[in-house]
Order: sequence, then C-alpha cells, then structure tokens
Amino acid sequence: MLEAILPIATLGLLFGLGLGWAARQLRADSNPVVDRIEALLPQTQCGQCGYPGCRPYAEAIASGEADINQCPPGGEDGIRALADLLAREPKPLNPDNGVEKPKAVAVIDEDVCIGCTLCIQACPVDAIIGAPKLMHTVIESECTGCDLCLPPCPVDCIEMVVKEVTMGDWRRPMPAGARANTHGGGGRA
Amino acid sequence: MAQHLSAAARARLAGQRIHHFHGGLRLRHHKKISCDVPLERVPPSERLFVPLLQHGHSDAARSLVEAGQAVLKGEPIGSYCEPDTGYVHAPTSGKVIALEVRPIAHPSGLDGECVVIQPDGEERWTRLEPIEDWQHADPATLGERIRTAGLVGLGGAVFPTAKKVEGAQARGVHTLILNGAECEPYISCDEMLMREQPEKLILGARVLRRATAAERVIIAIEDQMGVVQRVLDSALKTCGDGAVEIVRVTTIYPEGGERQLVQVLTGLEVPSGGLPLDLGLLCLNVGTAAAAADAVIEGKPLIERIVTVSGSGISRPRNLIALLGTPIHDLVERCGGYRGDVQRLVLGGPMMGYALPTDAAPVVKAANCILALTADDLRSPQPEMPCIRCGECMRVCPAVLLPQQLHWQVTNQQWEEAEEYGLMDCIECGCCDFVCPSQIPLADWFRYGKGVLVNRASEKRAADHARHRYEARQERLERLKRSRQDRIAEQKRQLKQSSEGKRKVAEALERARKSRGEDEGRSP
Repeated sequence: MLEAILPIATLGLLFGLGLGWAARQLRADSNPVVDRIEALLPQTQCGQCGYPGCRPYAEAIASGEADINQCPPGGEDGIRALADLLAREPKPLNPDNGVEKPKAVAVIDEDVCIGCTLCIQACPVDAIIGAPKLMHTVIESECTGCDLCLPPCPVDCIEMVVKEVTMGDWRRPMPAGARANTHGGGGRA
Repeated sequence: MAQHLSAAARARLAGQRIHHFHGGLRLRHHKKISCDVPLERVPPSERLFVPLLQHGHSDAARSLVEAGQAVLKGEPIGSYCEPDTGYVHAPTSGKVIALEVRPIAHPSGLDGECVVIQPDGEERWTRLEPIEDWQHADPATLGERIRTAGLVGLGGAVFPTAKKVEGAQARGVHTLILNGAECEPYISCDEMLMREQPEKLILGARVLRRATAAERVIIAIEDQMGVVQRVLDSALKTCGDGAVEIVRVTTIYPEGGERQLVQVLTGLEVPSGGLPLDLGLLCLNVGTAAAAADAVIEGKPLIERIVTVSGSGISRPRNLIALLGTPIHDLVERCGGYRGDVQRLVLGGPMMGYALPTDAAPVVKAANCILALTADDLRSPQPEMPCIRCGECMRVCPAVLLPQQLHWQVTNQQWEEAEEYGLMDCIECGCCDFVCPSQIPLADWFRYGKGVLVNRASEKRAADHARHRYEARQERLERLKRSRQDRIAEQKRQLKQSSEGKRKVAEALERARKSRGEDEGRSP
C-alpha cells in the first residue's frame, strides 16, 4: 500500500514544486494577444477610440470590451488586419470615433505662437520642441498626426497639413480603367 | 559542373559554362535599325534642363547654384542628402538662368525641380583632376572618385555605383561582371558603346577591378552581337591586362537582369532578398564601366550618356551621345523627327519602360532609350478577361514565381500571403503580362503590389518608432512624478527630524492657530 502511495505523492510534490517555480520564473510579462493587437494599431496615440492610447485600446479589444472598428487612423486596412487576427468579420469604421483622413502633420505658425508650452504637454510622442515664452516647432518626422495639440492651443496657431507626395514616396497606383483595358499601360508593345 | 563543389567555389567558375534561367521569352530584336549609323554627339541645346532627381532611390538633390550664376562644364550643381549618392554636375559651361519645376521623366508623371542652363557654347571645363596613377591607386580613392563623379548604373536602374563598389570593398568580390547583355528589344546603346568605344570599356573594366579588388572581370555579351566580340577582342589585345575576358550568353529576355545574368554565368541563384555580393560577385553595366574610365582616368564626371532613339515612329533611328538635360524633342529632331502616327513615347524599352507625358522632358542618367511607338506597334486594346489559370505566366517567369497566384493575392489585398509568395522578388520584366491570354496587366498589378508592401513596411517602422517615443515619454513622466514625490517626502522627513525644523513647524502651527482665533473672534 505504502509503496504505491509514496511514489505518487513524491511525484505530485515534485511536479507541484516545478509548476510553482515555473509560474514565478517563467511568467509572461504581458498578454501576447494584446501585444499582437497593439502591433496592428497605428500608434498615433490619438485617443479617438475612446481609450487613452493604443495599448489601452488593444487591451480593451482583447478583453472584449471594445470593438475592432474604433480606430480612424488605422482605417479600413487596420480593421481588416484586426479582423484577420481575431477571426472576426470586418465591419465599417464606427463614425462615432471619427473618419479616416489622409496622413497629416502638425505645423505651428511660428509668428503667432506665444510659447505657452500647452501643446508640448499634450503631444504623446514628444514631437514638439520649445520653451516657455519661446517659439515652438514640430519635428515633422516624429509627428504622428494625432491632432491632440490642436485643442489646447490658446491662439489656434497649429494647423494639420496633409503631406504632399514627393517622387521619393510616390508609389504605383492600382491598374484600373483605361490602363487595364488598353493593356499597353507603361509602353508594352 | 562538378556538383560536389560549394556554392562559393562554383561562383568562382563564373562564365566557364553557360547555364539557363527559368522561363524568359525570345522576343523580336528590333535592334539593327538603330545600329546601322555610327554614334553621333548632339551639340548642346539652346537650353539644358538638368533634373535634380537622377535616381529612383532617393529624393531630389539639393541645388548648389542660384539663378544668374555662371557654371563650368563638370561643376557640381546639386548634391544629395544621402552622403554616398554623389552629385549632379553641369553638363556644359554657361549660365544658370533659373531653377524651375518642370515635367521630367519619372513614372509618376510628377514634375521635378530642374536647373536650367543656357550654354555659352565654349564648353569650358572646370578643373579636372585625373588620377594619373590609377593602376596603383588605393581602392578607397577610386571609390570616392566614383562617388563624386555621380556615377550610377546606366542600364536603367540608376543605383548609385559608389554604394555597390563600397559594398564590394567591404565584403570582398572575386569576379566583376560587366553586363553588356542588353536583352530588351530596340535598346542598343550598350551594343554601340562596345562597338565604338571598346578601349574605354576595357580601361573602365580595369579601373573597376582595381576599385573592387576583384580577381577577374567578365564582360557578358549576347551571342547575336557578332561584331562586338571581334571589336572587344582586338581592344583586349591593345589595352587589356589579362584579367578581363569576354563571355557570350544566349540571347533570351530578360537575360540582362542582374539575377538572371548571374544565374546564366554561374548556375547559381542569387538568394531572395540577397545580392550578387552574397556569391562574391558584383554586377555593373558596361556603360557604367566606361563612365568609370572617364571619371578616374580623365577626371570627368558623368554628364552625358548614349541614348538609343528608336521605334517605328522615328524617321532615322540611331544612337546619340547626349548631354544630360537635353530635351528629348531635340534628340528626336536629330533623328529626322517623328514618322507616322506616333501613339506613345516611352522611356526605356517596350517591356519595362514607361510612357512619357511629353517630349519636352530632358535626358536623365536613366534614359537608355527613347522609343516612339505607332499604332501598329501597340496591341489593339482588348478588354481584360478573368484569369483562366492556364499557367502560361508561371512558365515564363524568370524569378520562378507564381504570377497567377500573386495576381489573386494582390487584387484581393492579401498582402501577407503575397509577401510570402515572393512578390518582392518580382523583377517587373513583364513576361507574364506578354503571354497572358486574358490580357491581364500582371506586371502593373505587381508594381502596385510591391509599392503597397514597401509602404506597409515603412508604416510599420513609423508605428514602432512612435510607440517607442510614447513609451519613453510615459516612463519619463512617471519618473518625474516619482522624483517629485520623493523630494517632498524627503523635505518632510528633514523638517520633522531637526530641532530647527521642529521649531519652524511649531511656529507655523502657532501662527495658524492665532489667525484662526482672531478670525473666530471677529466673525460673530
């Protein structure tokens, strides 16, 4: 009798200790589903989804609290990617959260700026530099176009400017209409 | 070929046997029409419009001149922000009369900034600094000269040559391949260069061998270029150094593609996403080699190139040596003007070129061929039909892709799948397009799809960057908050501990009590 109970009990104890150790030492730092959702979000940190940033929105989607169609900067493509990841049906963007707009960057009218630093405090990615009572300016390459600097500005000197297409970032459009029909687009003889 | 040899060892045997690549097409050549007359230099036009954008891999150069300024031939007039892409030079001496945004040759059809130069007709060179002792010069010196001379790949891809040479210097190459396998119909500028300036090409090959420290140089030509072989052989006798050899490859499109040529010469495939450098090879166009000879031996920067002007819409097709910035209509005029009902003007060849919006666009470093096509050349417009999955495209694809599958994925926006199926390995040669019985513009779809993949990758990078900045900011705010709390706690502790502090606190409390007492006494 004892020789049956003892090995089983010992094994149980060993496995218990092992699992206890693993639970402490090998614990995942964060929820992998949240990480994967967050990787699909545009990281504008604009809060249009109703959450204070992309990470909180990702957590809300993971917990089922938020829907996948609340991110205007991500747009239809973003919704489709989220739907693919979570095996759900894509749905149109929720108009309550805003509309999909072309990518823009904030530009400060430097003659009007009074140097109040309010926009600097609002910028989620530290893309605005300046000091009290000195002119501020936006680092274009860092601006995510989140619009969060617009409301706090007391003199309305910030404008969102849609980025112009340069030859460096021009991409071929989808072949369509005349091009597809003539089958000669691009000089194919 | 011995199968037991490693890939590296087999790459060393490049050119000893001719291999094959998958697919490809035998196309009608149409080259003879432009090879009958010798090269001719076009005199400077009344005005030269030099675009500050000369290659596709970056934004335009920054202008170094102002309107009204006099320039000498070969003087730098534009410099790129990226350090290793070199300069744009003044093609002739004269006066800068304006910096203008004008139509230029670019597939986007967007206008680009040009330096407008009015030539003075004197062709006065800026001070040239030839590297006299180039045979013993340091490779780094030669690489630097190739950079400052503004050399780019003259086969049409216009990738900065200095970047390639630097890569070869850093990683080491044993064989330098000079690509004279000009496979696209109509284009004959490389053939004419080899026929008329063989010595310059051989010297260029030796310069580049010195710059890259390669053991040998292979000049690959097509087996249909009969005269070229003879001409190059006799030039080798006069100015070769024993390490340059000529190899004839079978004429089949798109053999002049870098990856295809490497495969033909070595039997090895350049890995997906990799470079010929991975096999110890460097591939450059023959025109680039000739330009390297000019840059190093004569000290002249890249200010002109050979342009094929051809097609059934040109009266007398031929090859011209044109200064960069020469308006294309001046070249056409030099060839006797247009003939017949010209429907489309194309920069590049009929397979990979793109339509030009206007013949006022100037010659750029990428302009290997100007093609005027008449209605007879163009396929009659037929409606696009659904894919019938015949698999013809798959048979001809030189990159061994599955075009029908990729087409399905691109039209359905399945980007991850398309990437997995090798969309980025598409070389846009248009073979699939050519054979498609349903008239589907496959290559156009793939060009579009590749652009989307590039954009997606850059958006992903931007998003990751924004997230790092956001997280860094959150961390900083948290840290500031904590340090403020700590400071206050520390001050409190100090005040409580010291007797001086205790006295001050007691006094303050006393003052507060008094003022409250007075208030209470007054209020009723």
